[in-house]
Amino acid sequence: MSDEHLKLTLKALKDRFGIHESQFMKYPPTMEAGPEQIVGICKMLLDEFGFNFLCELTAVDYWPQEEPRFNIIYGFYSHAENERIAVRVPLKGDHPSLPTIEGIYHGANWHERELWDMFGIFFEGHSDLRRIIMPHDWEGHPLRKDYPLGYEEPQFTFNYDEIDQRKHHARYEEA
Amino acid sequence: MQEPLEVNYQELQHLVSERALKGETVLLNMGPQHPSTHGVLRLLLELDGEVIINCIPDIGFLHTGIEKNMESKRWEMAEVMTDRTDYLNTTGNNLAYCLALERLAELDVPPRAQAVRVILVELERISNHLVWLGTHALDLAAMSMFLYCFREREAILDIKEMCSGQRMMTTYFRPGGLWRDIPAEFEIAVRRFIRMFPGRIKEYEALLKKNPIFMDRTRNIGKISAQDAINLSCSGPVLRGSGVAYDVRKAQPYSGYEQYDFMIPTGTHGDVYDRYQVRMEELRQSLRIIQQALDKLPYGPFRSNNRKYVPPPRAELGTSMEAVIHHFKLWTEGFTIPAGAVYQPVESPKGELGFYVESDGGNQPYRVHMRTPSFVHLQALPFMCKGHLVADLVGIIGSIDIVLGDCDR
Repeated sequence: MSDEHLKLTLKALKDRFGIHESQFMKYPPTMEAGPEQIVGICKMLLDEFGFNFLCELTAVDYWPQEEPRFNIIYGFYSHAENERIAVRVPLKGDHPSLPTIEGIYHGANWHERELWDMFGIFFEGHSDLRRIIMPHDWEGHPLRKDYPLGYEEPQFTFNYDEIDQRKHHARYEEA
Repeated sequence: MQEPLEVNYQELQHLVSERALKGETVLLNMGPQHPSTHGVLRLLLELDGEVIINCIPDIGFLHTGIEKNMESKRWEMAEVMTDRTDYLNTTGNNLAYCLALERLAELDVPPRAQAVRVILVELERISNHLVWLGTHALDLAAMSMFLYCFREREAILDIKEMCSGQRMMTTYFRPGGLWRDIPAEFEIAVRRFIRMFPGRIKEYEALLKKNPIFMDRTRNIGKISAQDAINLSCSGPVLRGSGVAYDVRKAQPYSGYEQYDFMIPTGTHGDVYDRYQVRMEELRQSLRIIQQALDKLPYGPFRSNNRKYVPPPRAELGTSMEAVIHHFKLWTEGFTIPAGAVYQPVESPKGELGFYVESDGGNQPYRVHMRTPSFVHLQALPFMCKGHLVADLVGIIGSIDIVLGDCDR
């Protein structure tokens, strides 16, 4: 119930993984780590410091910035100590990938599927990385910043074939 | 003729058992238009006779791109979209969003606004639990509950309408306080409700608590241990039903919840019946909170005085040039929020609702992510329903209290 445990955790993370604190997030206290470290960090947080609850897993796209283009945010909560902590993982490039933490926190499964669906972030070793919210034949990753917020293009005679090729399932057939 | 678009058999191979591929078990589609799935949820069931071997939820039928849409709206406009996610807990979503913004902007909220927020959010919790109780009982063949629950819910909707002019999608909470002060008859209406409601809870329990049909269909059904529930990130009544007394209102109080005296009800077995009991007790605890908040409802301003975020009172516009400028700025370009990010959890009736809000310093959110309880709890559904009958699945879906708008966003 005190800050002691949180300070101890942050210090252990700094010492063992050589990562630094990020001031960008106002709450909760956040560390910035590399994608290869995340599994080790999760194991340590769960086994040694009792952060047993994955409360948040999401991503942000900083397009057109390339390095890093994405940030993944992991949020952890400890029921025993009543503390929250977050880890931000910057990712480079348009097709980033990082290891899954599904084996440590089962609750990450759907969150990672959502990130694959919405941002196109690939999770290595994920047991079931299918699209979750969008239809399974959808193209593109809607929450990326370079994905336009737009509407369906109307099908006229001049672009009928072009759209028909992409969306043959929407074809009008006379009964 | 085109082949209908269906999920490929190979794609599902790793999800179903060997026996399904050999044809020994049956794959059955439940939903997305099944009334007991509480919306448009599709479940692919693998059945051996009537026993569920495996359950594969398929969500996304109600995806409306709310998170994407919010990125192109101004801060105050984006709030309107939060109502539409969990449409049974609209004020609760507004509260989470406003708290996140207030934390980012370091905006103060006067005590009166905080108390009114607590009252309305607790009323909303009761209203949400009433819809849950009605539909859950309806799924388990107790039809009359539905009618009684909606009768009481009507009173809560009337109170919300009285405050905000809207019955459901209120957007009554604004960053920095409330849209307007509560009307004079608000207190009378709420007091009338909390006088009437304890008796009604007794009536509900008389119908269900010791009802042998209800007990048969809920006890030892859909069990989940505390360990599994935590590992699957369950929260709210699902986690409390398994015996973990975790409630964000107590653990990390917001909006002045630390002033109120209330209990966190917990169950022991983690089955459907325990979740039912937890929620019924929560109705009483919510009434306690409303009573306390109403008794010491402070007078004073109902919104912050920070004119960079909150519009000036109408009367000032005629006398103060500064007020006109602030008004003009707020109505033309909105307010900006300093760059930064925050994760703000609140206790929604369904569990922990978290808003991750990121600002790049502009007048629109850079990214909003809602960690919604329905999404997370639906993930735990396959773990709860394995080995049960199809008829029990309906009860389990009801007991985790999902709203598909909340799940698909």
